[in-house]
Amino acid sequence: MVPVSAYVTVSAILFVTGLVGVLIRRNFIIVLMSIEIMLNAANINLVAFANHLDSLAGQVMTLFVIAIAAGEAAVGLAIIIVVFRGKMATNVDQINLLKW
Amino acid sequence: MYDLIVILIPLFPLVAFLANGLNVMLGHRYSDEKAAWIGCGSVFLSACCAFWVLGETLGHPAPRTVVAYRWFFGGDLTVNLGFLIDPLTCVMLLVVTGVGFLIHVYSVGYMHGEKGFTRFFAYMNLFMVSMLLLVMGNNYVVLFIGWEGVGLCSYLLIGYYYDRMSAAKAATKAFVMNRIGDAGFLLAIFLIFATFGTLDYVEVFAKASRLDPATATAIAVCLLIGAVGKSAQLPLYTWLPDAMEGPTPVSALIHAATMVTAGVYMVVRNHAIYNMTPDALLLVGVIGGATALFAATIGLVQTDIKRVLAYSTVSQLGFMFLACGVGAYAAAIFHLVTHAFFKALLFLAAGSVIHALSGEQDIRRMGGLWNKVPVTHWVFLAGTAAITGVPFLSGWWSKDEILGHAYTHRHYVLWTLGWVAALCTAFYMSRLLYVTFYGESRVDRKVAQHIHESPKVMLVPLVILAFLSVVGGLIGVIPGGLENGWFHQFLAPVVATPAAAGVPEGGHLEPYLLMLWTTVIALVGWLTAHYFYMLKPDQPDLLMNKMKWVYTLLLNKYWVDEAYDKIVVEPGKAVGRVLDRVDQAGVDRAVVAVERMTDMGAAGSTWFEKHVIYGSINVTGYANHLAARVLRQLQTGLVHHYAAILVTGLVVLVNLIVLFLWWGGAS
Amino acid sequence: MILHEVAAAEQIGFPILTVLTFWPLLGAVWIWFFQKDEDLIRKSAMAVAGLELFIAVLLLWYFTPNSSQIQFAERAAWIPAIGVGYHLGIDGISVLFIPLTAFLTVLIMVYSWDTERTMLKPYFMALLGLEATMVGVFASLDLILFFVFWELMLLPGYFLIKLWGKGPQRQYAALKYVLYTLSGSVLMLVGMVLLNLNFHAVAVTYRTEPLYSFDFLDLLNVPVPPEKQTLIFFLLFFGFAFKAPIFPFHTWLPTALVEGPIVMSVLLAGVKLGTFGFIRFSLPLLPEASRQWLWLMAALGLAAIVYGAVIALVQSDFRRLLAFSSISHLGFVMLGLFALNFQGLQGSLLQMINLGFSTAGLFFMAGFLASRTGSSDLSAYGGLARHVPLLATFILILGLASIGLPGTNGFVGEFLILLGVFRAHWILAAVGVLGVILGAAYFLWYYERAFFGPVAHEPPKPLHDLRPREWGIAVALTVMVLWIGLYPAPFLNMINGSVQVLVERVQQGAADKTPQQPSRPQVPGHGHD
Repeated sequence: MVPVSAYVTVSAILFVTGLVGVLIRRNFIIVLMSIEIMLNAANINLVAFANHLDSLAGQVMTLFVIAIAAGEAAVGLAIIIVVFRGKMATNVDQINLLKW
Repeated sequence: MYDLIVILIPLFPLVAFLANGLNVMLGHRYSDEKAAWIGCGSVFLSACCAFWVLGETLGHPAPRTVVAYRWFFGGDLTVNLGFLIDPLTCVMLLVVTGVGFLIHVYSVGYMHGEKGFTRFFAYMNLFMVSMLLLVMGNNYVVLFIGWEGVGLCSYLLIGYYYDRMSAAKAATKAFVMNRIGDAGFLLAIFLIFATFGTLDYVEVFAKASRLDPATATAIAVCLLIGAVGKSAQLPLYTWLPDAMEGPTPVSALIHAATMVTAGVYMVVRNHAIYNMTPDALLLVGVIGGATALFAATIGLVQTDIKRVLAYSTVSQLGFMFLACGVGAYAAAIFHLVTHAFFKALLFLAAGSVIHALSGEQDIRRMGGLWNKVPVTHWVFLAGTAAITGVPFLSGWWSKDEILGHAYTHRHYVLWTLGWVAALCTAFYMSRLLYVTFYGESRVDRKVAQHIHESPKVMLVPLVILAFLSVVGGLIGVIPGGLENGWFHQFLAPVVATPAAAGVPEGGHLEPYLLMLWTTVIALVGWLTAHYFYMLKPDQPDLLMNKMKWVYTLLLNKYWVDEAYDKIVVEPGKAVGRVLDRVDQAGVDRAVVAVERMTDMGAAGSTWFEKHVIYGSINVTGYANHLAARVLRQLQTGLVHHYAAILVTGLVVLVNLIVLFLWWGGAS
Repeated sequence: MILHEVAAAEQIGFPILTVLTFWPLLGAVWIWFFQKDEDLIRKSAMAVAGLELFIAVLLLWYFTPNSSQIQFAERAAWIPAIGVGYHLGIDGISVLFIPLTAFLTVLIMVYSWDTERTMLKPYFMALLGLEATMVGVFASLDLILFFVFWELMLLPGYFLIKLWGKGPQRQYAALKYVLYTLSGSVLMLVGMVLLNLNFHAVAVTYRTEPLYSFDFLDLLNVPVPPEKQTLIFFLLFFGFAFKAPIFPFHTWLPTALVEGPIVMSVLLAGVKLGTFGFIRFSLPLLPEASRQWLWLMAALGLAAIVYGAVIALVQSDFRRLLAFSSISHLGFVMLGLFALNFQGLQGSLLQMINLGFSTAGLFFMAGFLASRTGSSDLSAYGGLARHVPLLATFILILGLASIGLPGTNGFVGEFLILLGVFRAHWILAAVGVLGVILGAAYFLWYYERAFFGPVAHEPPKPLHDLRPREWGIAVALTVMVLWIGLYPAPFLNMINGSVQVLVERVQQGAADKTPQQPSRPQVPGHGHD
């Protein structure tokens, strides 16, 4: 029986990886993928605790997260394509529309 | 039945007023002719009712009260719209409706073709309503409605030709001067209520004998102020001559026969109160005598036919007050009645003259009219004879009675004032007659071509009035002789002379000597006028030049109008203007102390606002500005910067929570 | 002075005063939902005002005359902790004001039908709001509720003057109106709080419930020490005097009446809130102080009568003249109130109603005039009677009513006031009758200059005489003027009962110094007190 702490550790490593990816990478696509990684880290947590606490709620939640992640990826990619078409940019640094 | 008929007396003219008034307002739905029928018919019906009531009263002379409805009330006060029918009321009713009817009929001819014909009759009917309320009321408030109502109608009718500025001014003047009197009258009413606790005549007069002299004098003087205003006595007489701006029938009805005599009626009605106060009674007499003489002197030199008559009216009203003052109440009412006959006649005849001369009113441009307007001439002659005191005509009886009463009651000063005034009257009235009807014609040639006798509808009332002027005095002598005629017997239950005055003494000869004296006076007046205006027409001018200052003084009516203007009206307006300016600047600026404080407070708060409030606001703004300049650096618009901040914040928060939880858990 | 109370539920079956107060507000909200359709807005406003008048007439119909009871009473808790309650009710003092307000509002709607063209929606909303607050003021028996309505009235009033005024100085006028009234009412609020604290002190001493109350009926039952009475009397005095306005606090009135729209002038001059405050609260709550300061108040009244009339004498602007005549009339009302006897109070109360017809009516007439000649100033007139005879006639009728000609309502009011004042002290009446003379002088002199005489200025196009809507307004006012003038019995019956109780109160004072249990009696039926 693998202890919960092991899952949590893996999940933490994955989450930090994703976080660092979001923070330091410039490419849209990679930022998006890093976000997916963070979501999956959360999923691992959910599944692990669901198993540990013998409750289905966590797994159901995981299914929701996966579904939402898929949607998010789709929307995110669409935005990226629109931004690319409009600005000819794949780099996060080039987009500062949020200013003002 | 009785009640209904009494109520109908004022109701008929009221309905006619409403009909004619609405007809004017709704744009003349029916013709002028119909308006005239309604106007005259209603007064005729009233007159019929009045005669019926007279018949009843002859049978039962005791006062009868008829209450229409409860008007207003509260606490211990109840005011009914009620009527009191007694002999005095009956006499007034007959004068008002009878003479009023004749004048209405005359007006149909006189006002024919006027643009405001219906309006004229509406006003006249409203006047009849008010006047009837005035003489019929059973308490002071109803008297007061009539009192102010006739004032209003007088205002409306003087201002009948409202696009003439002089008419408009005369109307306002009449109303405002009347209001001064009315204010006094109001005070009298309050005083009566405060003293007696009621406003009903019957109750008041029943208690009047227990009145203490001071209160009685106060009430009497206040009432007198009202009477003086309404009856154009000194010092409030100046509106009446100006009131001649109205159409001539109005002058006859309102400013000669009825309304102006209301003051006399009121004094007689309240004789129970006046009898308690010899001082006030003396004041009445003095005012009357002074006015009689004063107005008569002005009348000597006036050249406007209607103004001569107006001053003559003021003078004759003075006679009536004089009569009241010497306690000859019956004589006052007697003179009121005869005066109503002959003065209405004179005014209407003057109107007929004016009508004939296409509106000319200046007697200097008349003369020699006697054969051109014969009927008018004869009735005018009758009227003049009556007023000047030609023996056995109505004026002679009534005037003689007043003067005789004054003499026998030892009011020698008043008596002298009276006969001198009578002398003046005889002179200026016969002068008026001579200058207007005899001598050579001084009429404009253009006007002269159009001279015509008035239509029948005007002449018939004139003839009736002339008849009354000639024989009307007989009601005062038949059957019992002087001071014991039918008229006096009828009035006896109402009016009683002051008990204090005592029975006049003197021989049997005295009344006849006095009669003779009155006759002599009239004769002297006539002869003087005859001398000046028939025999020596150039004499008046010579005399005028010799006594220039007297003439100027009289011609300018003693400058009373001008004096009132300078002393009352102008200063009043000036005060108004000053106050207005003060007020516009803000009374808050005039009320000095408060204003200073407000000013200082305002200055202080202005400073405070400028430096502290605005200052603090500015500082806040500046601080914000500065902070913004620093903080805006954080807003790069780059997503990962935001993400980094977010993560940093998260980490800090989580650490803090953990830290606190630990510390919390540890403690 | 114990006033019994009859609940609305027993008398008429529904809370009629609440309906009267809030129905115009509801109507205002309803109008808010309309967008562009001006005709619909006008019609709805008219319908709302019309129904309000109908309900107000119902109120008169079901009102028990000759009774001093508080009728149609409604109670609900509001802020019990400090004794504020929702308490509505009317008695003879206030019953006539509500129909008067509704009547004037209907006339105003008729008047505004074709004269007001800008910003119709907020205009009618403001008017209805004003009506609601005015009715609220008259119906409130709780001091704080009263105060709330009193203050709320300023909002629509301010905007009506500021936005729909025609004068060049309307901004200034609006501000002046609000500032004056506000400064007065702040002091008034302090006075009310002091009354409450006094009530509290008594309640604590005698261990009675409730501890605090702003309720008029509760406050009537506790005596106020004389030294406190004077203070409170003057605090309340400022509130009412500024609103009324009483000389010398009147300077906002001419500006507001001249610069504001006609409709605001009608309501300001026609609905006498300030003097109502005196007769509703000052006199019964503070009888000793009222007696003590009688001479000061009467002197102010006399000063106002003469001052207003003398200034009115020289005015060339009809509305300014009316403003000063209004100040003069308020002097009469003050004088009558502080005669502190039956005729004085009765006359004052009736006169407040009368002015709602005569003076307010004259403001309508001024509006008609201005819409024809383009100005209310004399320089544009002269000989108008020839052009607009009907308008001239109605102005004369209403003007004569305002100067108290017998047969019109003004006479009954003025006569009763002066009679009451005379019985209080003859010298006051002797000076007061000056107002009667001056009134005739200023009105008739103006009338002479404006309407009589030759036509001074031939108008460029012929002036139209009264139009049907104007006819309606003029006739309605004239009918009321003559009705009260010739047969005032129904009106006097309604007010007499309460006036009688009030007279006893002010003459005997709060003689009974032992406080009763501040009970809340719900007396069924219509007993006479």
